[in-house]
Amino acid sequence: MKISEKIIEKGLWLSAFITVVTTVGIIWVLFSESFTFFREVSLVDFFTDTQWTPLFTKKHFGILPLLTGTLLTTVIAIAVALPVGLTIAVYLNEYAPKNLTRVVKPLLEVLAAIPTVVYGFFALIVVTPFLQGIFPGMAGFNALSPGIVMGIMIIPFVSSLSEDALRAVPNSLREASYGIGSTRFQTAFKVLVPAAASGIIASVILAISRAIGETMIVAIAAGQQPRLTLNPMVPIETITAYIVQVSLGDVPHGSLEYKTIFAAGLMLFMLTFVLNNISFWINRRFRQQYE
Amino acid sequence: MNNALKNRLIDRVFKYFAILSTLFGLVMLFIFLIDILNQGLSRIDWSFITSLPSRFPGKSGILTALTGTIWVFLLTTIISVPIGVAAGIYLEEYGKKSRMANILEINISNLAGVPSIIYGILGLEIFVRIMDLGASLLAGSLTLALLILPIIIVATREAVRAVPKTIKEASYALGATKWQTIWRQVLPVSSGNIITGIILALSRAIGETAPLIVIGALAYVPFVARTPMDEFTVLPIQIFNWISRPQKGFIINAASAIIILLAFVFIMNGIAVYIRYRTQKKIKW
Repeated sequence: MKISEKIIEKGLWLSAFITVVTTVGIIWVLFSESFTFFREVSLVDFFTDTQWTPLFTKKHFGILPLLTGTLLTTVIAIAVALPVGLTIAVYLNEYAPKNLTRVVKPLLEVLAAIPTVVYGFFALIVVTPFLQGIFPGMAGFNALSPGIVMGIMIIPFVSSLSEDALRAVPNSLREASYGIGSTRFQTAFKVLVPAAASGIIASVILAISRAIGETMIVAIAAGQQPRLTLNPMVPIETITAYIVQVSLGDVPHGSLEYKTIFAAGLMLFMLTFVLNNISFWINRRFRQQYE
Repeated sequence: MNNALKNRLIDRVFKYFAILSTLFGLVMLFIFLIDILNQGLSRIDWSFITSLPSRFPGKSGILTALTGTIWVFLLTTIISVPIGVAAGIYLEEYGKKSRMANILEINISNLAGVPSIIYGILGLEIFVRIMDLGASLLAGSLTLALLILPIIIVATREAVRAVPKTIKEASYALGATKWQTIWRQVLPVSSGNIITGIILALSRAIGETAPLIVIGALAYVPFVARTPMDEFTVLPIQIFNWISRPQKGFIINAASAIIILLAFVFIMNGIAVYIRYRTQKKIKW
């Protein structure tokens, strides 16, 4: 009896331990392959060279164009998702009748369930031609269209996390605000949003991390031209889209070109890792304790 | 205009702005689904589902991609569900206080935030190269299983945590061991919520594209996979490949394949929502 219980517990522990092995595996793979990459390419070049052309005859290994590409699409996505998502959260929390909330929330969640390759189609086939009607000079591949579509995709992400943060604010604060004659708008933006600020900021940082790691939308609609620019109208390339580009080609295993995906992957991993942990930390450190 | 009136006006204006914002997301979703149906519905017929890929858009079908997706779905389920549920039970019922459990917990929330394409790089190096599985169905499914493991673990933990203490204590009082209590009391009552989480995680897995591209799943596979060691393609990769082609016919094919992929995803989400609804209704602690 005792022995079988022990065996079961060990088995369960082993399953949980696989997650640790996964993390160690990710870190080991990224670092070991990047290490051999950085023996041939200096860190200084990697961070200061303004060109990224590992697949050309004249090779440059400057990550900056991929970083600005990633930054550009991410900023556009957040510029869409943050105002819309936060407004929806406030609306569902303070204004909307309960019945409406019950219908709207699952519908918004559908946005998050749609595979990203489908959003890529949407960006390239629907949104880009529409934007070209407004901005005639816009290229067929650009940062604006995938950025906007990515923003739409993460709306439910921002709205549901922000709503959780708003709901956690105790009712006494809300009632005190209404009690001194505030409108719903004043209550929401002068009392509730400041009180829930840490949770909202944490959710936005998580959304940024999501946008940085998003792959298919930008691989389909942003182009494959690493370019050091902040112009949203021209083709660019993100870190993730570059990894896809190399994976689709037939770059020989073990070559320097092949190792670039590990260096790019390491960069991506570190960015998201740092952002995720800042988000956790804010959530833990600044969560207001209300009696 | 005095202050009170002004404030009330701002309140009113914000309300309409908020309604517009809420509608923005929903209207985009609607436009998008209509557009996809409009472009792709007429192309879907029996031969589209049963044909191999081809250079000619009119003759191309999704047979290999569809069977690939079904294979990946089954293999990923077999690999990820037992491990994920076991890990969730361990963290919630066994290792709650230990230092190790704390590390495991932080680690899992970090894994949940790792971009999916990084899992592809992991799979490429570990499963495809070191374990020498090649760009096979098994390598792809193992990669996706690792990707969705954190989701299943978190869902299991929440489901198990919701089981009231009284049920467990009653079981212990009757002389049941810890595992007997978990197996016969805790799991049966929490199974509804666990299954909901598993289905949502799997629906995420069948929509994933990037990690499978990185491990080397092919866009053009002219045969139906028969064993887990075969090379493969899946619906999202087929869609990606068709979107990348210049001919209009392939874009229509992509829209049609998207309809079929979305049908899978929506049906799975629907089942998950239904199970959650029934569980919540049935169980009253």
